[in-house]
Amino acid sequence: MASAFARTQNGRVASSRAAQPCRAPLRVRAVATTAKKDSSSAAASKAKLTPEVAKDLYYDMLLGREFEEMCAQMYYRGKMFGFVHLYSGQEAVSSGIIRALRPDDYVCSTYRDHVHALSKGVPAREVMAELFGKKTGCCRGQGGSMHMFSAKHGVLGGYAFIGEGIPIGVGAAFKSAYKRRVLGDESSDSVTCSFFGDGTCNVGQFYESLNMAALYKLPHIFVVENNLWAIGMSHMRSTSHTLGDADFPYIYKKGPAFGMPGVRVDGMDVMKVREVALEAIERARRGDGPTLIEAETYRFRGHSLADPDELRSKEEKAAYAARDPIPQLKRVMLEQGLATEDDIKAIHDRVAAEVEDSVKFADESPKPEKGQLLENVFADPRGFGIAADGRYRYELPGFTSGTAAVS
Amino acid sequence: MALQTSIARCNARVGRAPAARVAVKPQYVRGAAQVVAAKKKEIMMWEALREATDEEMERDPTVCVMGEDVGHYGGSYKVTYDLYKKYGDMRVLDTPICENGFMGMGIGAAMTGLRPIVEGMNMGFLLLAFNQISNNCGMLHYTSGGQFKVPVVIRGPGGVGRQLGAEHSQRLESYFQSIPGVQLVAVSTVANAKALLKSAIRSDNPIIFFEHVLLYNIKGETHDGDYCQSLERAEMVREGTDVSIFTYSRMRYVVMQAVAELEKKGYNPEVIDLISLKPFDMETISKSIKKTRKALIVEECMKTGGIGASLSAVINESLFDELDHQVMRLSSQDVPTAYAYELEAATIVQPNQVVEAVEKMCSKVAAAV
Repeated sequence: MASAFARTQNGRVASSRAAQPCRAPLRVRAVATTAKKDSSSAAASKAKLTPEVAKDLYYDMLLGREFEEMCAQMYYRGKMFGFVHLYSGQEAVSSGIIRALRPDDYVCSTYRDHVHALSKGVPAREVMAELFGKKTGCCRGQGGSMHMFSAKHGVLGGYAFIGEGIPIGVGAAFKSAYKRRVLGDESSDSVTCSFFGDGTCNVGQFYESLNMAALYKLPHIFVVENNLWAIGMSHMRSTSHTLGDADFPYIYKKGPAFGMPGVRVDGMDVMKVREVALEAIERARRGDGPTLIEAETYRFRGHSLADPDELRSKEEKAAYAARDPIPQLKRVMLEQGLATEDDIKAIHDRVAAEVEDSVKFADESPKPEKGQLLENVFADPRGFGIAADGRYRYELPGFTSGTAAVS
Repeated sequence: MALQTSIARCNARVGRAPAARVAVKPQYVRGAAQVVAAKKKEIMMWEALREATDEEMERDPTVCVMGEDVGHYGGSYKVTYDLYKKYGDMRVLDTPICENGFMGMGIGAAMTGLRPIVEGMNMGFLLLAFNQISNNCGMLHYTSGGQFKVPVVIRGPGGVGRQLGAEHSQRLESYFQSIPGVQLVAVSTVANAKALLKSAIRSDNPIIFFEHVLLYNIKGETHDGDYCQSLERAEMVREGTDVSIFTYSRMRYVVMQAVAELEKKGYNPEVIDLISLKPFDMETISKSIKKTRKALIVEECMKTGGIGASLSAVINESLFDELDHQVMRLSSQDVPTAYAYELEAATIVQPNQVVEAVEKMCSKVAAAV
């Protein structure tokens, strides 16, 4: 499909990629799910796994797991509050995809965002301090668990309303394409990955975003972390099947309806996730548009730390616990000689130290001062307007101490 | 016709904005001893908004437009007429009909370096984008601890038109009012429309920019050159002594029509166009009230929870001792706007109501003296 946007404003085709030899089109496929696969069938992806990559993936998944488990402890000890949604069990998706991104790529998430932020490179200290509500947190204590942002690391949030982050991610992809096609910057090929769950796939904004991303051929990857449950609502009870499918409401099938490949992947296997991610990222960078990845995964804990988690069966939980991505990767690394027991122990020690350090840092960090109350409401503080004496309100003495009357 | 006359009078009386207005410079004809004054062209408001958009897009390549029918169709009210031919389909982006989606996309683009102008074909349609406007547009800079700014301009026509029915006659300024982190601006003249849009585009804050369906074809002159008007200052429309009338958007003309009547009866009202619906320009507002000691608010949004409700509360709290009379508010009825002409007319404020209100306030105060 010829795209009008391939041309710059003076009519030149902006992308030099048109001159490159044709690549094989990405075939739409479902990469296995539950029962069947044995480890040898992932031969292709194994071949790509170097010791460095394997160890990085292991470190990242372990950091995610240990961090989240520490969050649970800290919550029950009264160090963090409100709604905290832990990612334990889903690490393969975060590590498999985000570790394949570049620093100038973007990630957009939902309220289950701690580990996405960590995988993207936000220091554990900053995330933990944010969770403790301290001013040294990545959002100065103003965001909290559900609103992790990092301009430095390309983390676009952290959103409480599911679905509202996806258009934001599409917007970042729009910028990337705009830089290339309008501003003529041939090097602009940053990719955005938006992460969300199975529940989100019934929200209107999801469909609006699929449509626009495909229409404008944006470098955006939709990642559905299908853990089968939206709080207490089973995916089977909330989502209709594609016509002809009796067994399961597959989300990846919604991709082709909007003109993009849909892929379903075993989200408990970091290598498979990585393989799919690399292909989708490459596709996006080439300018071939978006991909929808449905990762079959599971959260070992409840929806949030307030969730009694009584609806999920013991059998279901046990089945997924047996597929825990971290021991899976460890087995593979040892089998293939990608790491030794000592290497692995060193990673465990490193992660434990990092998590301990993040707690100590957060604990010792100061709380936000009242002055933070007004400072970041506007990028341009003139937004608070003009007071009776003719001064802009941000010029009033109480502004920086958070005591000025601003309305 | 009465409206045209009052508009002309209104334009003639437009007070100087606090920032110096650049005078029209005479053109010097080369080699001639004569000085020839340059004739300023009168254009319509939609053209003024278009000029502002065009100038800002030329000046800054990160400025872009997104909305329904803004491109090939030229914009429902011609504000982006033919701009796609100059800037291309991506800079003047025809979106599908998905307000929440494209509003979010605009915000995401703004967070990462672009400066989108997002058009609501009718401001009312932006009710569908409320999630994005409230949560992400307004709050994101704060929630991210200042890491991401959202320099978007959300603009479009609102207000009661001519028998457009309830859903096309909405005034969203009061709905958006409470959202922290946004500024609300309402334009009313050709001059302030262009100058305010330029400022809004250059602002790093998210600006919700209210135009009015019935004002796109009014004629007037724009300021010279690259004139940008302050987004936070009210406009003095007519200086006076008897009463301070605060208004905005199309109601400015309704007020000035009433003022024509009031002048005949010997009244000397002061008229201030709020321009900035949020935040209020308390300097101009309080100076005026201290002078006249009476405040009348004339607005088109509904009475309940309207801009006037907020303004009345603020005046009451901060200027109570300066008042000789309670603040009066003329707002639209708290009813959906009917289709039938008579009912629609009865929903919004008419000039005679303004006249009656001023007479009532002034006579009551005079009697009390």
